[in-house]
Amino acid sequence: MTALVELDDVSKYYGNIRALEGVSLEVHAGGITCVLGDNGAGKSTLIKIIAGLHRHDGGTFSIEGEETSLGSPREALDRGIATVYQDLAVVPLMPVWRNFFLGSEPTKGKGPFRRLDVRTMRETTRAELLRMGIDLRDVDQPIGTLSGGERQCVAIARAVYFGAKVLVLDEPTAALGVKQSGVVLKYVAAARDAGLGVVLITHNPHHAYLVGDRFVLLKRGVMAGSHKKSEITLDELTRQMAGGSELEDLRHELERAPAPRHVGGHDLGH
Amino acid sequence: MTATAPPAHDRTGPSDERLLHTSPWKKLLGRPELGSVVGAAAVFLFFSIVADTFLRTSSLSTVLYAASTIGIMAVPVALLMIGGEFDLSAGVLVTSSALISSMFSYQMTANVWVGALVSLLVTLAIGAFNGVMLVRTKLPSFIITLGTFLMLTGMNLGFTKLISGTVSTKTIADMEGFAAAKKVFASFTVGGVDVKTTILWWIALVALATWILLRTRFGNWIFAVGGGSGAARAVGVPVARTKILLYTGVAFCAWVSGQHLLFSFDVVQSGEGVGNELIYIIAAVIGGCLITGGYGSAIGSAVGAFIFGMTSKGIVYAEWNPDWFKFFLGAMLLLATLLNAWVRKRAEATT
Repeated sequence: MTALVELDDVSKYYGNIRALEGVSLEVHAGGITCVLGDNGAGKSTLIKIIAGLHRHDGGTFSIEGEETSLGSPREALDRGIATVYQDLAVVPLMPVWRNFFLGSEPTKGKGPFRRLDVRTMRETTRAELLRMGIDLRDVDQPIGTLSGGERQCVAIARAVYFGAKVLVLDEPTAALGVKQSGVVLKYVAAARDAGLGVVLITHNPHHAYLVGDRFVLLKRGVMAGSHKKSEITLDELTRQMAGGSELEDLRHELERAPAPRHVGGHDLGH
Repeated sequence: MTATAPPAHDRTGPSDERLLHTSPWKKLLGRPELGSVVGAAAVFLFFSIVADTFLRTSSLSTVLYAASTIGIMAVPVALLMIGGEFDLSAGVLVTSSALISSMFSYQMTANVWVGALVSLLVTLAIGAFNGVMLVRTKLPSFIITLGTFLMLTGMNLGFTKLISGTVSTKTIADMEGFAAAKKVFASFTVGGVDVKTTILWWIALVALATWILLRTRFGNWIFAVGGGSGAARAVGVPVARTKILLYTGVAFCAWVSGQHLLFSFDVVQSGEGVGNELIYIIAAVIGGCLITGGYGSAIGSAVGAFIFGMTSKGIVYAEWNPDWFKFFLGAMLLLATLLNAWVRKRAEATT
């Protein structure tokens, strides 16, 4: 089976700055590929290439086996790649149903009587959200009154409804609490079960390991590791993510260092 | 609006049990124009009490006429404000439109409708200029339209003096087509009653704008570009086109207002219109438009214009010094805005 999206040895330079070099990843239908990395590891650059905001400078970028280079976000959308950014692209003051269809509003009637199909818009919004497991109280409430997790879910449901084949999620759980994160991850899994390919960008290995099938680790613009779920344990993933050998060194240093007097050099009694 | 309200525990059909009793009253509180309606009722009551002549039919029609002249412009200005932008040139653009129409007809000895058509094209072009400058330069609309405001003010005076020799245009009342144009833009008589057409234009424009805002794709886009233009662009809303169209909408209404000015008074004073742009904005804000964009209504702007009409004429009927008018308008603006903010907070609270 060909991958929905495949990056092979992709590089991106901004002037003399190496933002990304030699990164490869695959996204399959019904699979979740997690991209993990610390701040500045190149996660944003990777997203921008897949979303069509930037063209890559080296390597190959294929969509369903066909080599390509995306020129605009619109082009990416037309090829079935929908990106949900951290700001979610929603207008807070507008009702949920208006946000859901913003930019692609269905209409009925002809000529001067062409009007929004409000009924369809409301019912579809409610039904689509319900299908993703989001039982919204009122589709008329401004989307800004929803919680961060709910808003994230609406954005995901919208991308799914408008025929996305590949969903790119930029740190969907970054600003959320534990419970909200769980809710969002459930919808990510629901999107996967609906047959979409998902690229999940995160710096939380625990969230990644819960839902991911493949893990790509980025570090300072290069690929630090690429694993299938069967090949790696959560501990190993966490260790690599947290800095791997660097963390080990840090641990040894911390162990050896005697507790300084001014922070209370006495037994705290565990 | 049924006679018997269903009991709160009656939750049949697709309703959600977590939707705790959203009463019609609560829904009403959520409307953007509510604050202005309460304000309008208060102002109406106030002048009914202090001014004996306020409730006469003739007085009320004068109030309605005054409201309509502002209301025609408050509608597109409100739409523009919902779209997140200002137009400070709207006031003098009305005068420009009247001057162009009058002077073209007079100088070319053409049918007044030809002048009106030329004026329409030029006025729309000025509106489009505002919009294109805004989306191209990405400067704040405050600066851009302040520029066109000053330029138009100067051009109105300069061209009129250059062409007519005085600060006002020559009368065109005896020219071909004037009588018909007067019927369309100024007033006509039905059964002995003098009907001001601005009131009809006003009602039509409010209805049209409400339809556009609430029931068309373009209306959805207006809310979106005002409430979050970045998000709107990301989901494929043509942000630039929407804003340019909003400015040409202001220009169209300025043309209607300008033709009204011309065909009801025959001559146009070139210095008129300065300061009116603020009154349009005030009407829109009193009517519940959020000054930062993304929220508001056309009906609200009409109520705002009506408050303006009642205050400006009510002071005269109460036989007060009209100098106090601006004070009242300012106080009204503050009160209405506070009331709107308070109502919105109440409406968005969960219980």
